[in-house]
Amino acid sequence: MITNRPVHLRKNYDVVISGGGPAGMAAALGAKEAGAEKILMVDREKEAGGILWQCIHNGFGLHHFKEELTGPEYAQRYLEQVIEHEIDILTDTYLYDIDREKNIKLMSGEHGINLIDSKSVILAMGARERTRGAVRIPGSRPAGVLTAGLAQKFVNMKGYLPGRKVVILGSGDIGLIMARRLVLEGVDVVGVFEIMPHVNGLSRNVVQCLHDFDIPLHLSTTVARIHGNERVERITVAPVDETMQPILSKSWDIECDTLLLSIGLIPENELSRRINLRFDPVTTGPIVNSSMETSIDGVFACGNVVHIHDLVDFVSQESLLAGRGAGEFITDSRNPADNIRLIPGDNVAYCLPHTISTDREHTIYMRVRKPMEKCTIQFGDVYGRKLAYVYPAEMVTIKMRPKLLQDFHGDFLRVNVVPR
Amino acid sequence: MGQHETYDVTIVGGGVIGCAIARELTRYDLKTALIEKQCEVGFGTSKSNSGIIHAGHHSSSDTLKGPLEWAGNQLWTQLHQELDFGFERVGELMVAWHPEQLETLKHYKEQGEARGVSGLEIWERDRLFKEEPNLNPDIFAALFAPTAGVVNPYEVCFSLIDSARQNGLDLYVSSQVENLSQIDNSWLIKTANKELKTRYVINAAGLHADTIAEMAGLKTYAIKPRKGEEYMLDGRLKGIVKRIIFPCPSGVSKGVLVIPTFNGTIMVGPTAQNIEDKEDLSTSMEGSSTIFSQVKQVVPGINERDCIAEFAGLRAVADGEDFIIGPSAKKGFINVAGIQSPGLTAAPAIAIKVTNILSDEGLLLNPNENFEPTVPKRVIFANLKTEEQIELAAKDPRYSHICCRCEEITEGEVVEAIHMGAETLDGIKFRTRAGMGRCQGGFCTWRCMELISRELDIPITEVTKRGGNSWIICEHDLEPKSGDKP
Ligand SMILES: Cc1cc2nc3c(=O)[nH]c(=O)nc-3n(C[C@H](O)[C@H](O)[C@H](O)COP(=O)(O)OP(=O)(O)OC[C@H]3O[C@@H](n4cnc5c(N)ncnc54)[C@H](O)[C@@H]3O)c2cc1C
Repeated sequence: MITNRPVHLRKNYDVVISGGGPAGMAAALGAKEAGAEKILMVDREKEAGGILWQCIHNGFGLHHFKEELTGPEYAQRYLEQVIEHEIDILTDTYLYDIDREKNIKLMSGEHGINLIDSKSVILAMGARERTRGAVRIPGSRPAGVLTAGLAQKFVNMKGYLPGRKVVILGSGDIGLIMARRLVLEGVDVVGVFEIMPHVNGLSRNVVQCLHDFDIPLHLSTTVARIHGNERVERITVAPVDETMQPILSKSWDIECDTLLLSIGLIPENELSRRINLRFDPVTTGPIVNSSMETSIDGVFACGNVVHIHDLVDFVSQESLLAGRGAGEFITDSRNPADNIRLIPGDNVAYCLPHTISTDREHTIYMRVRKPMEKCTIQFGDVYGRKLAYVYPAEMVTIKMRPKLLQDFHGDFLRVNVVPR
Repeated sequence: MGQHETYDVTIVGGGVIGCAIARELTRYDLKTALIEKQCEVGFGTSKSNSGIIHAGHHSSSDTLKGPLEWAGNQLWTQLHQELDFGFERVGELMVAWHPEQLETLKHYKEQGEARGVSGLEIWERDRLFKEEPNLNPDIFAALFAPTAGVVNPYEVCFSLIDSARQNGLDLYVSSQVENLSQIDNSWLIKTANKELKTRYVINAAGLHADTIAEMAGLKTYAIKPRKGEEYMLDGRLKGIVKRIIFPCPSGVSKGVLVIPTFNGTIMVGPTAQNIEDKEDLSTSMEGSSTIFSQVKQVVPGINERDCIAEFAGLRAVADGEDFIIGPSAKKGFINVAGIQSPGLTAAPAIAIKVTNILSDEGLLLNPNENFEPTVPKRVIFANLKTEEQIELAAKDPRYSHICCRCEEITEGEVVEAIHMGAETLDGIKFRTRAGMGRCQGGFCTWRCMELISRELDIPITEVTKRGGNSWIICEHDLEPKSGDKP
C-alpha cells in the first residue's frame, strides 16, 4: 500500500484538500506547483484514489495521458506524483466539519479527532448516486434494489455479486459499465431501461457495453413497480408517454432478483453547505470563478463537487486549476479578478466556470438541455463554434482564447446553442 | 420436549403496544415474556408511522381513543426522561383556509379543553406567519397545540424493550406464534421451535390480532389494514416548518401532514387507503402525487424533487374504528387490538390500562423491588460536544471511524447497536440512523455488513436487510437459481 502518512499532524496548513480522488490528487499537485508548502489531502477511504479503484475498466486517460488506462492505473499514476511531491496524505480520515474561517475538524482512524486550520481549502468530495427515493419508484421495499456504484463496489472491490438476475434502470455510464461487468461475471442481465428517449451515458459505452454484449436497451421505458417483500422477485416495466408517465396498459413483468439504479449523480456538497457557499441551482454545486474559487475567499472546489463530469481527464484538468488557485492564494500571486460572467442561454443547462477573464485562455465546460444536430455555440456575438451534434450526456468543452475577447467590453456573455 | 418455560404473562407482538405493556409489567414481581415474529421489535406498524405524539384534542371523547390519547400524551415527558429516545414537544398547528373552518378549530379547542389539554390557542394570520413564515399565505387561521410532539417511533420500541429486558423480561424474536391452547388454568403457546406456558396472554399482534384471537378460539372481530404512505425529504429542508402542520379535518379526507421529525428531516404524509393484503407495504404513484399536490398547497416550498425515501405503514383497523382493549370470553386472554392512530401516543396509557385489567382478572401485582426505570444513555456521537468527542475517540478508536457519513454515525455506535440486538442492516438503521440519510446506504452498506459479520461472527453473505430471504450479496461460484437464496 502506498503511503505518505504524516506521523504528526500540523496545527496549521497552507492548503487542506477534502477528498483524495482524482480531483483532490490533481488539486494537490496544482497547489504544490503554485508554491504552497504545507499541503494535506484527506480521504475517508483506506487509500486515496476515490472512485477510480472500483472502475477497473479501461477508457481513462485518453485525453490526459494520451493512452488508455484503467481506473486504478490512472489513480496510481497520480498517487505516485502526489507522493513524489511530498504532499501529506491522510486516509481513513473524515473531514467532519469546517467553518468560514477555515477551522477544520478531522476525524482520523489513526490520530483521533483533531482541530486544525488552513489558509486555503479545496473541496473535492465528489458525488453520490441518486437513489430510489429520488425517482419514487412505486412498489415494495425488498433487498436487492441498489445503486450501480454500490454493485460495482461489491463486484470489483469485494468479490461478491449483487444478485443472479439483474435489471438496470437508467442508462448512466456506471449502469452501462455494470451491465457488461455483470455479464462477464456470469450474471443474467435482462436489460437496461431508460425513461428518456435518449441514452444518458457516453455513446462509446452504449456500443462497447451493451451492443457488443447483446444487452437490450429500452428507451422511453421505466420501472413502474417493484415486487417482493424480502428480496426483489419481479419488477413491472412500462413505456412512458410524453409526460413521462408509465403507460400501464402496455406494461410487462420481469422476474429478477436485483434492480440496479443508474439514475444520475449528485454533487456531494453537505460540507460546502455548512459554510454557506453560493450554489448554482442547476449543477447544485458551488458557483466558481475561473480559478475554481467559490464565493468564499480561499475556498476552492473541483471535480464532481462542482458539476458531474463524464471523463476523469477533465476532472484532473479542472482540479489542477483549483490547486494552482489555492497555491496562488497562499503566495499572494493571484490572477486578476474575472470580469465577464457567463450566462446559460438557449439549450444550455449550465456552463462553467461561472466567470472568466479577458487576460488569459479559459476552458469552458458546458452541458446542453436537449440533443441537437448541426448547431452553433454562440458566446454573445464575440465567438461562434460549429458542432456536428450535441447531446446532454456528453459534456462540451470549448477553449476561449483571450484574442477573441480583445474588443469585448461588456460584463457578461450569454451562451446559446442554436441550430444552423 | 422437556419442561416448558412458565410465565405469568406473555405478550404476543412486539410493536410499541406490546413493548410498552412489557415494560410496564416489569415494574411488578412477575415472570414475563414477549414473543415477536420479526427479527426485531418494532418492525411492524410501529416503525412505519408519522411519529407524532398527538396533542390530546383530536379523538372524540365517546371513544376509547379520546381519553387514552390525552392520558398517553401526558406520560411521554417522564418516559422520555427515563428512556433514551428522541422526543420533542414541537407543537402542532391545525390550519384553516376559510372563515367557516373557524368553527371546526373551535370544536377541537373545546374538545381538548374539556379533557384538560392545556395551551390551546387560535392563531390569527399575524401570529401564524410570524411563527411559520413558509406556510401558504392564503391560510386563514390555525389552532395551536403546544402539547403535540414528535418521536422516533422505532427508537421508542427499542428503548422500551431494552428497559423491560433489563428488568427481567424474556424476549423471543424471530418467533411467530402458531398455536394457542388452554390447559388447566394456563395457556400453551407454540412457535416453530418453542413452547411456553403462561397464565395470561396479551394479544398485541397488531394487524394479526384477529388471527391470534382465532387461535384462542375467539372469532369476535376482524382487523383490516388501512395503508398510509409517507415520504421523507432531504435534510436541506430542515426548518421549513417548526411545528407539525395538520390541515383542518374536512370529513372527506383526513388530509396530509407536514411533520418536522425529531431529527429535523421533514416528512410528509400519510395517505389513507383501505386494502386487503396485510403484507402489502408498497408505495404508489397515486399516493405520492396525492401527497405532494396537497402538501404544496400548505407549504409551497416543498417539492417532490426533495424526496429521498418513502415507506408505507398499515393501520390495524377494527370494526367500529375504535381500540379493542379488554378481557375476552376466554379466561386469561386479553385483547389489545385495533390499535390504529393515535396508538403510538396512547401506548403508555394503554400499558397502564392493561396492567389494571390484569389485576382485575386476578393477577397479583407486587412491586419489583429491583425495578430500574432508566436505561444507560446511548452515545450519539454527532450530538456530543467537540471536547467529549475528542475524549471518546481517544479512549475508543471505534469512535474515530465514520460509518454513515450522511447521519455521521461512528463505528462505535454501530457496534453498540449490534450488541443491543441488531443483526440486520435495518436493525442497525433503525437503532442508529446509519443508512437513513440522503445517500440511503450507498456509503455505509458495506461497512455495516462488515461490522455485523465481524461482531456476530457470521459470513458476510449471510448478512440480510431484515432477516428471512432479504439477502444482500451472493457468492460467484454457485449455479444461478433465481428467486432462491443462493
Ligand atoms: C401511516 C401511519 C401513521 C401513523 N401515525 C401515527 C402518529 O403519528 N401518532 C400515533 O399516535 N399513531 C400513529 N399511527 C398508529 C400507530 O403506528 C399504531 O397505533 C401503533 O404502531 C400500533 O402498535 P402495535 O404494537 O399495536 O402494532 P405493531 O407495531 O404492528 O405490532 C404488532 C406486532 O405483532 C407481531 N406479530 C403479529 N403476528 C404475530 C405472531 N403470530 N407471532 C408473533 N408476533 C406477531 C408483528 O410482527 C408486530 O411486530 C400511525 C399508523 C400508520 C400506519
